[in-house]
Amino acid sequence: MKNGTLKQILLLTDGCSNKGEDPSATAALAYQQGITVNVIGILDDDQTESPDGLQEVEDIALSGGGVSQIVYSESLSQTVQMVTRQAMTQTLQGFVNKELRQILGSDQSLEDLEPEKRGEIMEVVEDLGETSDLEVLVLVDTSASMHGKLPTVKEALIDLSISLNSRIGRNRFCIYSFPGKRKAIQKVFDWSPKLDSISAVFPKLTSGGITPTGPAIREAMYQFGKKSLLRSFRHDDESGMEEAGY
Amino acid sequence: MMMNPAWKKQVIELRPGTRITGKWHLNKYTIQKKLGAGAIGAVYLCEFEGKPAALKISEKGTSMTVEVNVLKSLEKVQGNRLGPSLLDVDDWVTPAGNVLSFYVMEYLQGETLAHFIGTHGKDWIGVFMVQLLEDLERLHRTGWIFGDLKAENLIVVSSPPRIRWVDVGGTTRAGRAIKEYTEFYDRGYWGMGTRRAEPSYDLFAFVMVFLNIYYPNRFVKTGDQSEKLLFKKIDHVKDLHPYRNILKRAVKGSYHSSADMKREIITAINEVKRRQSYHRKKSKLSLHQHLVEPGGIGVLALLFYLFSLLFQ
Repeated sequence: MKNGTLKQILLLTDGCSNKGEDPSATAALAYQQGITVNVIGILDDDQTESPDGLQEVEDIALSGGGVSQIVYSESLSQTVQMVTRQAMTQTLQGFVNKELRQILGSDQSLEDLEPEKRGEIMEVVEDLGETSDLEVLVLVDTSASMHGKLPTVKEALIDLSISLNSRIGRNRFCIYSFPGKRKAIQKVFDWSPKLDSISAVFPKLTSGGITPTGPAIREAMYQFGKKSLLRSFRHDDESGMEEAGY
Repeated sequence: MMMNPAWKKQVIELRPGTRITGKWHLNKYTIQKKLGAGAIGAVYLCEFEGKPAALKISEKGTSMTVEVNVLKSLEKVQGNRLGPSLLDVDDWVTPAGNVLSFYVMEYLQGETLAHFIGTHGKDWIGVFMVQLLEDLERLHRTGWIFGDLKAENLIVVSSPPRIRWVDVGGTTRAGRAIKEYTEFYDRGYWGMGTRRAEPSYDLFAFVMVFLNIYYPNRFVKTGDQSEKLLFKKIDHVKDLHPYRNILKRAVKGSYHSSADMKREIITAINEVKRRQSYHRKKSKLSLHQHLVEPGGIGVLALLFYLFSLLFQ
């Protein structure tokens, strides 16, 4: 089996959207195009229960084919890497399940197999997760209430880069913030295999008032398209990497 | 497609007396009490055919399958068992119709490392270091890295006291990215290296296991001076003095195999023993030499020590 590239949007937010289209709908659209949308809802350390707005967090991930998690900012680092890995496994598993259905019949999935056989298949999924190339577009909500959490977000992203770069497969990251100045999103950090140089760019982030999550996801989705166009233009030999098959 | 949507839900609560029958192998287990809960599922003490066993149950079927795979590969390692032995793997259909995955392991009874050292003394530190390094060495030789090595995953079983691994869920094939980790024990968190599964990753966590005995509340990083901080923490523990240089080298990732580190620990232990017997000999040769009888050596040494304290 040839390894493709897994594409993910990782949305970090602390509340609900209040402008533009429904974020769940745009997430579904992204998923349709082979991009998984994961969402992490960040709570303040003194918040005891999750506010109603964070129901949206779960909904976006559900229609985006991804994983969601609500956390206190202190445990953000571990959560970010767990969510990313979990989503990779989930995507790969969906792919394997599709293959299984073709072999075993329409209703069969991994759970319907005996535990022994399941083990063998999971080994394949794990192998794929380790060796697949991964592209993560990090989308950071920089509306006013996020301001105090940005240093933790920075730490968590550097940590994510440490984790993912310990894999065998290749990685590419980029960071966008929203709302942007004139557009829905704003580029913070361009596609790069490592995130350790983001310390310089993070303090420059300014906080805005509105939270246009839906339009932000839509714009983020286009960044994958743009980049692959550019890349296939520049490095013809690498274009084969884009034949993902999801 | 949505394999684990239940991921963020709480752990499964089973009441004592609940009977669990496997969907595939039809074995019957009776739940007795909860032993613990982690990121993936909960572990219960259960009874199977009159014998106690540990049963791990979770909604996360896939993660459980991965853990079972690890346990199975560890079974193939020759010699002393590295992890608990695996007895059964199955699914349970709850009365409500949900399917949960579970596996059953040998039930290991013992006490925590910190508790054992607290009651039996620091002489055991070296012993457990060597035991743990020996097990790690055998694991590493088969191409696996423990990963989530921490106090909670270790237990001291009695007669003879031996350190054993209770949870091997984080075990990762060498060369891959560490699957599961706990910040305090993770060199990535401290900025002291990558999360690639290699022997030196486990050896870093090894140091933290022994530091954790003396810093039960653990500590967190402060700025970018992690190496300095960790060295200071090692230096502050008197019981770890004989091993401090070795531990520091492990923190820096200088050991490429557990065998190398074990060799140096053994040398350090012998050094301590030699020095102890040298001191004993010297005190024997002093003033009281003619009074000393074999049984009384200890008492006299103690008295002498107390007097010397009084007249200082």
